[in-house]
Amino acid sequence: MSTIPQAVAIVQRCEALFEDLDFGAVKAWKAAVPGRKAIGYMPVYVPRELVHAAGMLPVGILGGGDALEVIQGDAYYQSYICRIPRSTIELGLTGRLDCLDGMLFPSICDVIRNLSGMWQILFKDKYVRYFDVPQNYEDAIGGRFYVQELGVLRDDLGRLRGAPITDAELNASIAVYNDNRAAVRDLYAYRAQKPWQAPTSEVYLLLRAGMVLPPEEHTQIVRDYLAAIDEIPRPKRDNARVVINGTFCEQPPLALIKSIEMSGCYVVDDDFMLVTRWLLDDVPADGNPLEELSKAFLHRSASTAAKYDTTREEKGQFLLKQVKTRGAEGVVFAAPSFCDPALLERPMLQDVLAKHGVPYTAFKYAENTGQMAPIREQAGTFADSIKLWSAA
Amino acid sequence: MTTAAMPASVKKPQDVQKEDAMWLQKELINRNYRELATAHETGRKVSATFVPGNLNELLMCFDFARSLPETNALQNGMRKKSGKFIMDAERDGQSEDVCTYVKADLGMMLGGEVGPTGEVLPRPDVLLLSYTGCFTFMKWFELIRHKYGCETVMLHVPYQGEGKIAPNMREYVVKQLKENVIPTLERISGVKFDIDRLRQYMKESQKAEEDLVAVLHSAKHRPSPIDGYFGAVYYIGPIFTAFRGTPEASEYYRVLRGEIEQRVREGKGPVTPDGEMGEEKYRLVVEGPPNWTSFRDFWKMFYEEGAVVVSSTYAKVGGLYDFGFRHDPEHPLESLADYCLGCYTNLNLPSRIDMICRYIDEYQADGLLINSIKSCNSFSAGQLLILREVEKRTGKPAAFIETDLVDPRYFSAANVKNRLESYFQMIKQKRTSGVAHEMPRTIPIVAAN
Repeated sequence: MSTIPQAVAIVQRCEALFEDLDFGAVKAWKAAVPGRKAIGYMPVYVPRELVHAAGMLPVGILGGGDALEVIQGDAYYQSYICRIPRSTIELGLTGRLDCLDGMLFPSICDVIRNLSGMWQILFKDKYVRYFDVPQNYEDAIGGRFYVQELGVLRDDLGRLRGAPITDAELNASIAVYNDNRAAVRDLYAYRAQKPWQAPTSEVYLLLRAGMVLPPEEHTQIVRDYLAAIDEIPRPKRDNARVVINGTFCEQPPLALIKSIEMSGCYVVDDDFMLVTRWLLDDVPADGNPLEELSKAFLHRSASTAAKYDTTREEKGQFLLKQVKTRGAEGVVFAAPSFCDPALLERPMLQDVLAKHGVPYTAFKYAENTGQMAPIREQAGTFADSIKLWSAA
Repeated sequence: MTTAAMPASVKKPQDVQKEDAMWLQKELINRNYRELATAHETGRKVSATFVPGNLNELLMCFDFARSLPETNALQNGMRKKSGKFIMDAERDGQSEDVCTYVKADLGMMLGGEVGPTGEVLPRPDVLLLSYTGCFTFMKWFELIRHKYGCETVMLHVPYQGEGKIAPNMREYVVKQLKENVIPTLERISGVKFDIDRLRQYMKESQKAEEDLVAVLHSAKHRPSPIDGYFGAVYYIGPIFTAFRGTPEASEYYRVLRGEIEQRVREGKGPVTPDGEMGEEKYRLVVEGPPNWTSFRDFWKMFYEEGAVVVSSTYAKVGGLYDFGFRHDPEHPLESLADYCLGCYTNLNLPSRIDMICRYIDEYQADGLLINSIKSCNSFSAGQLLILREVEKRTGKPAAFIETDLVDPRYFSAANVKNRLESYFQMIKQKRTSGVAHEMPRTIPIVAAN
């Protein structure tokens, strides 16, 4: 009797979690201990440490993907608004998010911001909070505001569980997420080194599992995958190494990621689920927890279109660093249709790349995009052109 | 009508009817463009900022000539120039999906920065990114900074996610004003900040705000002497742009209030571009900005049917004065913070719904019309829920149309007119039967053809 390799089994489990639009893993986690609570959050970033410290499960909500038939959600949005809010509404109205005791809507764009108010109206029995983050990065100004906002969330979650969240609990949760971020960093470093061994279609599913599993379990899964993946010999191809940019909110279909890879690209960095990598290094787990989370956010966090760059010189530097440190040969801009932040950011990033001689290509998608042939052709042509240029 | 002294340069075209105050407003706006055009020649620095969260009194403390890119875009829209600018910006790499105000502005800059009045506008010396109620503002000024190297100073205004201004939100904005915004404006302008000068401007603001509110409230009369949407965009012009805090604005609003009060005494309705409006048949509340590229055609679809807009949310994007806010010279920086935090698009959806329901009640409106703007997610995302909730709470019929701010490709006159006519029929039906005639209210019109 043959057994499947462990890495394949891990990916299969992650794929099952990804495909489960009824959030069975969340329900199972809650059922295991009566009284447990789960809190949903949307992209780009929320401090999951606070939810975890309250003994609750943070659950990443990234829309309904291409498998969800959106019926009611479309009645809430005009045709020119992106897909993620309408499929998220659909998930809510069809009862799939009943397992959540609350929802956090981070500061990312006007659509998600307004969705917080819609949630307040449509789901009156749930805890709902718009989670603002500072666009001023001085400790005494933006930092002070952010610590206060963190304090409000901490107090709210404490009330929801019936007991205040202590500093010790917060520091313990910071340590748990430090461990999780370290595992994800290792995963990304491994993929950049051997993208043929850890294809992005698998890395993506591993990250998605982290949206519904407790962080401790997710960390272990990532480490198990890394420990097992070298056992599967996979051929190395002469693919172009690319960074994907623009996918930080509404997610592309998995088939789109596979199409990019099949077209001849190795994805060596991306901005999928930035919440897993938003804080760039370890947060001290022995200090004032809210102050430390604030400092990490202000001074050591990722960059994306939803975040203000204080000076012109900073624009595109995070992306350039991704390109350089991962050894990428080009950038694929993949932005959701009608995504104001990604689409307005794109020309500036393209300009920075052009000035540094980094080739790029760009297209739009929706979470339910079905036609992959044009994207495969475009990405394939891009990969070919990189290979031709690099050979010249 | 009150005879406000008209500047000699203003000539009233024979085919357009306006109140005297509307002509005065036009002159103020044109004068600001002239000041901007000559600012650098006369040694003045130029600022640019946005209408929601416009800190005009503060900018005046540093002697800046003041540009408002949204106003530039809408003026270009009304003058039929924005379509080309938008396409130029798209050719330069901007997506067809994004805000057309941004593209109209970028297109104007690409085309040599010739402003709406035909004069070349100077490149701003500072972009005051007062980030109120709209994420796109942030990208807009980042784009301008990226292309032209203008210095930017950020004022992050937190969103009223819980429907109120929490003390830490106000404190955050004040700290930014004190420690970032004011020092930056001092450095760029070379003018030392004088808080008493700010207080003096705020005293002027208060006068204008009182008179504006009286004008807006006049629509509670039957017939309404004003149109609270199409007419109100003229009335809010000075106070939302470069004139709040100036004696000229105070004088404008004094004249305007006098004119409107006279119309109330005479039992007159609004002045439209075709003259006095006829019988008032429908009283509406409108949510969402107007379309600027076909502004007069759009307005005509209302007044030809006897429809007057008694109140609109758009007339509150630059400040929610009708619910009591006034600039407070005793607490100048806190007052600026509250002003920014309180602008309409910085309110959460439940607050917006409360406000619309209150308007329908207080202004005895027949219903709500939503003009959903393709470009503006800040306004538009969630409007279909607003429509349902307002109908549910008020029992008044609501309708939904789609246009755009300044992209002429997204104004389909025939579709909009058909929709409006159906809506007026629905209101009539509701009056006679007491029940809203059933029709597919929540299916948006596809305006582009």
